[in-house]
Amino acid sequence: MSETTLNPSASTPLWRRSVTRDLVAVLILAAVAVALFFLFPSNLALLTRIVAMMLLVLSLDLVTGYSGVATLGHATLFGAGAYAAGIVAAKFGITDPLLMLAVGALAGAAAGAISSLVILRGHGLSQLVLSIAVVSLAHEAANKLSGWTGGSDGLSGISPSALFGMFRFDLFGRTAFIMSVVLLLVVFVVLRIIVRSPFGMLCRGIKQDPVRIRAMGAPVYFTLVKMYAIAGAVAGLGGALSAIATKVVGLDSLSFTLSAEALVMLVLGGTGKLFGALVGTLVFVWFEDRVSAINPFHWLTIVGCLLVAVVLFAPKGLTGAAEAIWKRMRGARS
Amino acid sequence: MSLFEVKNLRKNFGGLAVTDDVSLSLQKGDRIALIGPNGAGKTTFVNLVTGHLKPLSGTVHLDGQNVTKASPTQRVKQGLVRSFQVTRLFSEMTPEEHVALAILQRLGRSGHLFTNFKTMPEVVEEIGSILALLGLGGIARTPVAEIAYGQQRLLEIALAMALRPKVLLLDEPAAGVPSSDTVLIERALAQLPPGLAVLMIEHDMDFVFRFAQRVVVLAAGAIIFDGTPAEVGKDARVREAYLGSYADDRSVA
Repeated sequence: MSETTLNPSASTPLWRRSVTRDLVAVLILAAVAVALFFLFPSNLALLTRIVAMMLLVLSLDLVTGYSGVATLGHATLFGAGAYAAGIVAAKFGITDPLLMLAVGALAGAAAGAISSLVILRGHGLSQLVLSIAVVSLAHEAANKLSGWTGGSDGLSGISPSALFGMFRFDLFGRTAFIMSVVLLLVVFVVLRIIVRSPFGMLCRGIKQDPVRIRAMGAPVYFTLVKMYAIAGAVAGLGGALSAIATKVVGLDSLSFTLSAEALVMLVLGGTGKLFGALVGTLVFVWFEDRVSAINPFHWLTIVGCLLVAVVLFAPKGLTGAAEAIWKRMRGARS
Repeated sequence: MSLFEVKNLRKNFGGLAVTDDVSLSLQKGDRIALIGPNGAGKTTFVNLVTGHLKPLSGTVHLDGQNVTKASPTQRVKQGLVRSFQVTRLFSEMTPEEHVALAILQRLGRSGHLFTNFKTMPEVVEEIGSILALLGLGGIARTPVAEIAYGQQRLLEIALAMALRPKVLLLDEPAAGVPSSDTVLIERALAQLPPGLAVLMIEHDMDFVFRFAQRVVVLAAGAIIFDGTPAEVGKDARVREAYLGSYADDRSVA
């Protein structure tokens, strides 16, 4: 066994390397966004919806992929952000888009922290059931409080004012798309930092063996509640973004269906990798859009087949499969 | 006052006394082996003192403080650390990350959101020195799932060292390691700080005799022997406990 020691000077480049990688990742994402902006100028509304969805799936990745919490109720946090941003705009006249985003993030974080107190009581299957109960209760509450939420008609009357007082939310959705991409890039970088931080390592440790984490003297429950609050802020941003972009909030943003879809997108892209959440969402929504245009009757069947294929042949998702191929190619070359 | 003192600890499972009035104390620098036949209550004893089980009665003192009611994580923070008989590691993480996590936890930085251990020179240095001390430097960045079992056992010891405990409970540190590699574990244990009090549960008697200054024998939940390794083999009650009363009855009849 060789006894190489790690000295501080050797580790600095490693740290720099991760900063370089972050920059490359951001540049790639920005390039993709710019390309999409010019290639599909008439689809910007759909693209903005995809970005809002990406925020939800990133948020789900934090609790499921990084921390090992099983949940089918994650739309609760998205819906909390969407309704909070919508209500302050429609009922209190707070229409500044950045303020609406901030309100959405706060509401999402609060919903995350509170719902985690329930969900984290269970483990495995009971945890899944609790998460479904949480989203069902939230859905029913929003339905009943129709004075605030518009009930099943949805919350309308949201008219966000111009961004920075200069850029109005135009009919083609250009402002909304650009704002959503910038928001996504900021969230992505912040999450990259968080998942590599001591806290992020702690969460990964909890996912793999909570008993060992306790034996190190670290709190498991509190750490997960904190992660849930962070994830809630991210999902809440997604909800607020969707409220700003579509100017309406419906009960579907607080549904079991949306929660399940988010999980499907995450599994498709690959769990425990931030890129996986982005790729999974983009591919799923794009595929769904294409297939439903080609065959409006059997598109759900085809989407189902795609998922079965991914789970069977690429259990680590699309990014996991790509990584494996990349490794094999590098291995063959050396 | 002893560094670590267990007094009159009792625990019943149903009607069965699994820990029967056990008292034990450790001083700074002690190397004690806890042995006993299967079902003697060794694991229960560890779970009682680490706070995973509540005792029926009795007290546990650590460094002068009563920790009988403290939670397992509080006890770890106060310096009572255990290792596991069956390796419990994070299979997707590297040894470097394991030790980093333990050090960050000890320093109270494990909740930090916007820092990175790689930018903390003192942490990087400590990780390097611990891994090098245990001969794990070469595999510092290999995921744990890909390293040998013996190395995983060494990493368990590395984690315990990184937490800088006052009292260390080692639950069969050489369990599952091929006998040719036990020497590596022994060498690692020899690197533990001299002031640390160690209580080791172990089955391998040769190992016990080389490691411990004192041997405590547990049988049917009670301590039946407490003395030097040289005396333990000669003790009639210990022999009876290991051979079983059945054999004893036969010899009398």
